[in-house]
Amino acid sequence: MNHDAYSDTYIREILNGVKSIAMVGASPVNVRPSYFAFKYLAQRGYDMIPVNPGHVGKSLLGKPFVASLLDIDRPIDMVEIFRNSSHIMPVVDEALKLMPLPKVIWMQLGGRDDAAAAKAEAAGLKVVMNRCPKIEYGRLSSEISWMGVNSRTLSSKRAPMPVQGMRLSLNRMSVSGGETNASDRAAKNRNDLA
Amino acid sequence: MTDRLPGFSTLAVHAGAQPDPTTGARATPIYQTTSFVFNDADHAASLFGLQAFGNIYTRITNPTTSVLEERVAALEGGTAALATASGHAAQVVVFQMLLQPGDEFIAARKLYGGSINQFTHAFKSFGWNVVWADPDDIGSFERAVTPRTKAIFIESIANPGGSVTDIEAISAVARNAGVPLIVDNTLATPYLIRPIDHGADVVVHSLTKFLGGHGNSLGGIIVDAGTFDWSKDNKYPMLSEPRPEYHGIKIQETFGNFAFAIACRVLGLRDLGPALSPFNAFLILTGIETLPLRMQKHCENAKAIAEWLSAHPAVASVNYAGLSGDKYNNVARKYAPKGAGAVFTFTLKDGYDAGVNLVSNLKLFSHLANVGDTRSLVIHPASTTHSQLDDAAKIKSGAAPDVVRLSIGIEDKEDLIADLEQALSV
Repeated sequence: MNHDAYSDTYIREILNGVKSIAMVGASPVNVRPSYFAFKYLAQRGYDMIPVNPGHVGKSLLGKPFVASLLDIDRPIDMVEIFRNSSHIMPVVDEALKLMPLPKVIWMQLGGRDDAAAAKAEAAGLKVVMNRCPKIEYGRLSSEISWMGVNSRTLSSKRAPMPVQGMRLSLNRMSVSGGETNASDRAAKNRNDLA
Repeated sequence: MTDRLPGFSTLAVHAGAQPDPTTGARATPIYQTTSFVFNDADHAASLFGLQAFGNIYTRITNPTTSVLEERVAALEGGTAALATASGHAAQVVVFQMLLQPGDEFIAARKLYGGSINQFTHAFKSFGWNVVWADPDDIGSFERAVTPRTKAIFIESIANPGGSVTDIEAISAVARNAGVPLIVDNTLATPYLIRPIDHGADVVVHSLTKFLGGHGNSLGGIIVDAGTFDWSKDNKYPMLSEPRPEYHGIKIQETFGNFAFAIACRVLGLRDLGPALSPFNAFLILTGIETLPLRMQKHCENAKAIAEWLSAHPAVASVNYAGLSGDKYNNVARKYAPKGAGAVFTFTLKDGYDAGVNLVSNLKLFSHLANVGDTRSLVIHPASTTHSQLDDAAKIKSGAAPDVVRLSIGIEDKEDLIADLEQALSV
């Protein structure tokens, strides 16, 4: 698995396949990226569970915080890790104790732990590192194009009505990879230095 | 579905555009509106807090303009783009993101005269200090680096002389200095040169020129390559530090590899105000659809005319990188194998007066201060675009008093040559 550049097909399958997402490191502070992503994904219809031991007893947009993945009372499809790279491995270890296992481990923009990824992949999970699911969702549905961002997709079909809770439109032709390989290469160089 | 990479011409027609969700309109509609309704109070708050993607006000985003932005980002191989009212506005926004008062940036001495003026005079009042370097002497860039250097700025094909810049060599200097390389790609367009492929971190354009291509609309754009780490050493607080304008958001942390374009939009364009008109965005978008076809014709005509001028007895010299034997021909072959552009200069044996006569005797070429039109254009830079420079600076920037600049259009080249021939023989 090449973790420097993911195909759109891979990301699209994950975002279309998962229904419940536990977000480890979710913050109730409304200017934190985790809050942005949590709210956005909840509005797109995902069953979001905020995981943060510092906020147990409170809730995030109506969803009660839990202290750890093991405290979640239902199967979860994806664990999204909003922690620095050095804190990722323990979360993955915990995720691999869940029964049933989650299908996906997703590490937020800036987060990367190749050993943790290898461990999760060995257990049959899909892994995404150093990406934001909000950005990827917005990109693949072209919603992010409103901000002048290169969605790296094309479509000659009428766009879906942009309403809250819209689902990913699958009919876009992917143009990913090569067209922004400069940014992928830069990310790899930064990871090599880190 | 496999991930397939479409070609440049397909992107020029399709990137960013999709049939309108409400009407099915296939051409991109002109959303000539100042403002956009919110779904509810929470939606409004989410948009203002940068938590949701969407439109608030045309000074910040507009659905017609965003199609243009995505299209140019795709053509340049960048992660995102931000359109502005002009190329000059794009440069102000870029440098406002990067420089604090007292900071420096290094710029190639061979630049569009308007940029030289902007950097020398207007930027001075902001406390932004330009340090000039010679694009033919890479060492001059290295020697110009100081602890206050925040960026390096060059043109891929330099105006007015049409010289081609060694982008990779200068990008290495920028990388060693830990600063971004900004490339003005106006004269090349991404059809001829894609600076990001050669190490540029930011690309700017005057869309007014070849991209719009029809001489009818001003516009500028900033393309984010997604390559630069703005948070590495706190040199770029607009991107790395909590922004009080947005309750403490850190732009790069939140927006990753398109953070520069977002910062230019939500800090630069929002507060400085030089937004592009949606109508201009529409005209420029329409122009871009034929960019590959037009650039082929522009380059073919330019080469033929440069060759014809080289053999004319009244002509002293022709500076066109597409001519074999030109000083920049090898660099041009490397960076712009499809053609060396359509803007170049030449000098007449009888000097300044012969240049003035030529300009006044031409019947098809238009005497005006623009380049990159469908029409062929002519100007005498020393008395116009570069007139504010002193003689030494004119010569260094390629605009000596005997220089005439041409921007070759897409007319029949035989007619253009005939016009030059009659004007030179009067």
